[in-house]
Formats: sequence, C-alpha cells, structure tokens
Amino acid sequence: MSRFDWLSGYLAELEDEHVIVHSGSAQTLAPAHLLIIDPEDWGKAASVAKNMDLRWSGIWADEQDSDIVLSAVLVNQGDYVVLRTALLGEQPEIASHTPLYPGADRMERHLADMFGVTFTDHPDTRRWIRHQAWQEGEHPLRAGFPVQGNPPERTPADADYPSPPIQGSGVYEIPVGPVHAGIIEPGHFRFQAAGEPILRLEERLGYVHKGIEKIAVGRDAAGLARLAGRISGDSTVAHTWAACQALERASGIRPPERASIIRGLLSERERIANHIGDIGAICNDVGFAFAQMQCQALREQWQRRSGELSGHRLMMDVVVPGGVMINLDDAAIATLREDHARLREQARSLFDILDDQPSLEDRLLSTGYLSPETARALGASGYVGKASGQAIDLRTDGLYAPYTRLRFNIALSESGDVATRMGIRQEEVFSSLNLMDEMLKMLEQQTDRTDIYIELPSRPGGEGLGLIDGWRGEIVSYVRLDDEGRVARFFARDPSWFTWPALERIVLGNIVPDFPVCNKSVNGSYSGHDL
Amino acid sequence: MMRILNRIYRTGTLTEQGLDLRDPEIEALGRELKTHIDARFDGSLAIREVDAGSCNACELEIHAVNGPYYDIERFGVHFVASPRHADVLLVTGPVSRHMETALRRTWQAMGKPRFVIASGDCACSGGEFGVSYASCGAVRNVIPVDLQIPGCPPSPIELMKGILALMQGTNAP
Repeated sequence: MSRFDWLSGYLAELEDEHVIVHSGSAQTLAPAHLLIIDPEDWGKAASVAKNMDLRWSGIWADEQDSDIVLSAVLVNQGDYVVLRTALLGEQPEIASHTPLYPGADRMERHLADMFGVTFTDHPDTRRWIRHQAWQEGEHPLRAGFPVQGNPPERTPADADYPSPPIQGSGVYEIPVGPVHAGIIEPGHFRFQAAGEPILRLEERLGYVHKGIEKIAVGRDAAGLARLAGRISGDSTVAHTWAACQALERASGIRPPERASIIRGLLSERERIANHIGDIGAICNDVGFAFAQMQCQALREQWQRRSGELSGHRLMMDVVVPGGVMINLDDAAIATLREDHARLREQARSLFDILDDQPSLEDRLLSTGYLSPETARALGASGYVGKASGQAIDLRTDGLYAPYTRLRFNIALSESGDVATRMGIRQEEVFSSLNLMDEMLKMLEQQTDRTDIYIELPSRPGGEGLGLIDGWRGEIVSYVRLDDEGRVARFFARDPSWFTWPALERIVLGNIVPDFPVCNKSVNGSYSGHDL
Repeated sequence: MMRILNRIYRTGTLTEQGLDLRDPEIEALGRELKTHIDARFDGSLAIREVDAGSCNACELEIHAVNGPYYDIERFGVHFVASPRHADVLLVTGPVSRHMETALRRTWQAMGKPRFVIASGDCACSGGEFGVSYASCGAVRNVIPVDLQIPGCPPSPIELMKGILALMQGTNAP
C-alpha cells in the first residue's frame, strides 16, 4: 500500500456516516492532509477514525474573523490528517473527542479555558490550565484579551480546585507540591492510598503556564524560534526544530540539506544527553547512586562537547528558521566520531553492569506497569509508548530530512514497566549513536559544505505543521502567519500531554515510595505541557 | 560487585581541581567561599531551589553543579528539601502568576536571616517571557532578591561564581 491509500477508505466511511467533507488539501498543511468538515460532524468524524484505529494526536483552536477554527490531528502509521471546522465565536460549542480518545481530555479543557469552547459530553468540566490569574469567563487566547490581562494584585493559590474525595476505612490522602522536595519543576499531585499502595493519583498541572501561545503572537520567525527553544529546556533542539519546520513549511521553503543533517545531529545529541541523565536518575531513585554518578559524568562530558561545538551546553538557539547557526568542519567531524565510539564503549560497559544488578531488577521489574491498550488509548509516544507496544517514531516515517535517508529499528517492547522504559532508552542511546555516525558520513559526502542557511521569504497568511520526533516522543507544532508575515497563531503539542495522564495509570497499585521512580521513568515536562 | 569497583577505580575522581580547566580563579574563590561559609554558616550553606516558572533548562544545570564534575558540596554548599532548613532560596524562571503564592509562601517559611538568589535571565528580568497575564516577570517583582545570576541558563561555573559572590556580598560576575 502506498502512502495515504487508507485515506480513501476513511473518506468512504465518512460518506457512509453522511459526513460532508467540504474540501481537502494535501498542500496547505503538507505532509498532512487537511479535511474541512461541518461542526456537527466533528464527533462522528472522530468516531469513524476510532473505528479505523487511527491515533489522535492533538487539537488546537485559532480565532479568525470572529470564528473559532478547530483543528484536530489524526495519524495512521505516520500519515497525518488534520480535521478542521469553524465555529461561530459567540458561544462556540462542539462534540468532545474525549469519550473516544481519553488523551484528548486535558487538551480540550485547555481550549475551554483559553478560548471558551464548550465540549459537550466531555466527562470532566473542571478548569485545567486556568488557576486564579484570570477569571472564569475570561479567555486569554481570544483576540480581545490583552497580553497583559487583568491579573489580581497578587494571584492567590488555586485552593478550591475541586478534587474528588475518597472515603473508606484507613484510606488517606497525600497532597504533594506544587513545590517539590527536589530540584524539579512544580506541579501538584494528590495521592489517595490505603496503606502503602496507591488507589488513585490526581495530577494538577498548569503552575508554570507562562502564556507562550499568547506572547508568540506578533513575533517574527526568529523570535518564535527563540520562544520555542524555551517551551521545555530539556527539549530545546526538538521544539525549536519543530517550530522552524512549521515556519519553513508556512513560508514554502526547505532548509539546505546540510542544515537538516546538523539539526539531526543536534537532536540526537539532545536525546542521548537526556536518556543518559534519566537512566542515572531512575537508578538513583531506587538508591543506586553508582549509576547516577556514572551517568552524570557521561552526560557532563557530552554537554561540554555540545558547548564547544555549538556555543551552548544545551544547544539553545542553534537551530534557526531557514537553517542552523553552526557548521561542522572535518576536524569537528573527526572529534565527534571519536566521541561516539568512546560513549558507545562506556555506555555498553555501564549498561552491562546495570542489567546485571539483582537489587535494580528487584525494584524496577514489574514496577509502574502501563498496558499497551492504555498506551494506545492515550496516544503515548516516545519511550513511554515504545515500552508499551506503540511503534511511534517519526524518524522512521520518511517525513523529514535527514531521516528520510536513514534506516533503523524502533526499540519496542510490550512489558511496559519501569525497567522496560529504561531499557528502551538504553537501546535508543546506541541507535542514536549509529544514526549520528551515518549523519557524519552524509556531511563528509556533501560537495557543498558551506550551505547551512536560507533566508525565509515572507509569505503572509501561510500556515505550516512541524512534526518532529524529540527524545520524549512526537512533537506537533503549528504556525499560522498574519498578513504581514508575523506569527498569528502558534501551538506546540509536547508529548507530555499524553504521558502525564499515563503516569496517573502507571502508579496504580504501586507503593507511594515508588512514585519517584515511576515518575522519573516517564519524565513528563511540566513546562512543555503548561505552556 | 567487582565490576562496579573496577569501574569506579577506572573512572577515578572526576572533580576538577578547582575547575581550573575553565577558570583558574575558581579554586581561590572556592577556598574563599569555604572560608565565608565556615565563618558565617558554621561550615554549611543550605540552599532550597524553587522553579517558579522556568523552562527546566536552569534545573538541568543546577543538577550538574551537584554532579561529580563540580560537586559543589565540597565547598560546603548543599541543596535541601525544605525551606525551613534553607539559608538561601535559589529561584529560577520568570515567576508564573500560578506560582506567585507558592513562591511567596516558600520564602515566608524560611528562617531568618535568609537570602534570595534569582538565577537565570528569566528570574533576573523576565527573559523571553517578560510580564504578562500569565507571568509576573522577574523574581524581584514578587520577593526581595539579594543577588541575580544572569544566563540562559547559567552554566555550572556561573552558578558557582554567583553563590561565591553572594557570600562575598558583591554582585554576580
């Protein structure tokens, strides 16, 4: 079957359900297909998609000429479809996708808060991103809402957020956060437990909501890339790349090939740095400090090299719209090749030790299980999805350079526990190293070794979709430009939107003291989620 | 077990001698810091870190400060879980409005005397996020700040220099 052959099947099913597709476009949001439908068919279109086992991958809204335009992303084996519909802006109301796709839950509540869209038959009508910085009935992403808003003199804590009580003999609650005990991001967790096992976990996020979608509006391309680089600092390369890809597609250009290869190298460097750091942290959360020290040392060496090559230890602001800020000469390529070989050897011998520790096995095996069914229902990508049977990796879908020319096998398992998520990340360290060696070869084979940047032409009104596989998983980034070529709308869907709810399921039945290691094995981004 | 010991032996001590690979002054500053901490804090300075809205890049570098290469504990600086145990509050991020009260309460929970370091460009000035419906901007807009460490994010060495500067009663480098 060639690409998108399934789409005619989807369209036929929609027709059977009397859903009218007004227009379809393979260009507007390429490589995704855009389908425009009526608002009353919104639920039915998702229902048909669900029956065909399509994956649901995000939703955003956009106010245009007093209409609220909704776009939802569906995916089948790396083929993307965007469903779109327009609602009257007065009292926008539409069917919820959450009953079919539970991963849609918080993103729809985000839209209810930010745009005032009512999702009928949504199972949870509580606010999500809104705490107390703006009032009920105010919607920050509506055009009439000023960037400065009208915040209270001091914003109080969101103390009256309703949380379902739990009752029973010996049942108790542990509220944790937003300020946590370690050096980590803020969020609130409410554990309901009987004895040590967790009966229920409720997450409350939104504490680091910084208005990213709002302050993106009016920026030029370079300004948007800088902002995207600070959506989640640990994924700065991936998010900047996704935003730049969206901008480039909106402007109708492709970056030079050399720039794409260098982006690939930076992105794999970011993946390895985070994987190694987190493997150490997972071991540390069960008291195995040796691994933590070893991994921190490897990570520091790796970051220092990133700093030497790119001028920034986390490689911030190196990916820019139209290309990259750094080139790699023969000496740098030789250095990297040696680095890769050294890390391969060091990681191999370290992971051999980790794989052979009964004390680690005892704590990590069968801890924090996520079933393939739940992972599928939530749309979890990245190592969380891969450890639970979800073969989602945009690098293998032929969607973007340099991966269109590279082949590798997705690390995959169905065991779904902490040990498996850590194992997937160990495997990815090696597959990334192999990919990076291939990329170095690609750089050497190029005849033009100077071409790393192309200026973005102004293309007013253009829109584009960025689709990047970051180390956490699939990132979807949407950009629409206004009449002057400035950003009119920006939305970045971090993979954490789907792995945070997975964590609520993962911890069930586990003991409270194992929450840190369960949490670390998922490592959702608070900032990437809260925007 | 033998493999672990062997690996530890082969890895050796990574802590850089005063980090003089990058800055020859730092060992001297480190010694001076230790002198200050010995005199004023009886040998140990306790820091409570609060992310008040950061993108988490600042946290990555603060983790590195505690790693084997920098190992800031050898200068008497350690990170604690409770503000009640802390001498210094190290705040990152622009202060999101949703974290405003949590930050203020954390600060109020500290014993006196207490010091506040605003770490990173966002904490110093609001950075890329500024002041908006969602962000209070700089930390000093919410609680009094004793020292600011610029950088996006500040590197481990810049963080160490900042803490040294606080002890010396001077501005950050």
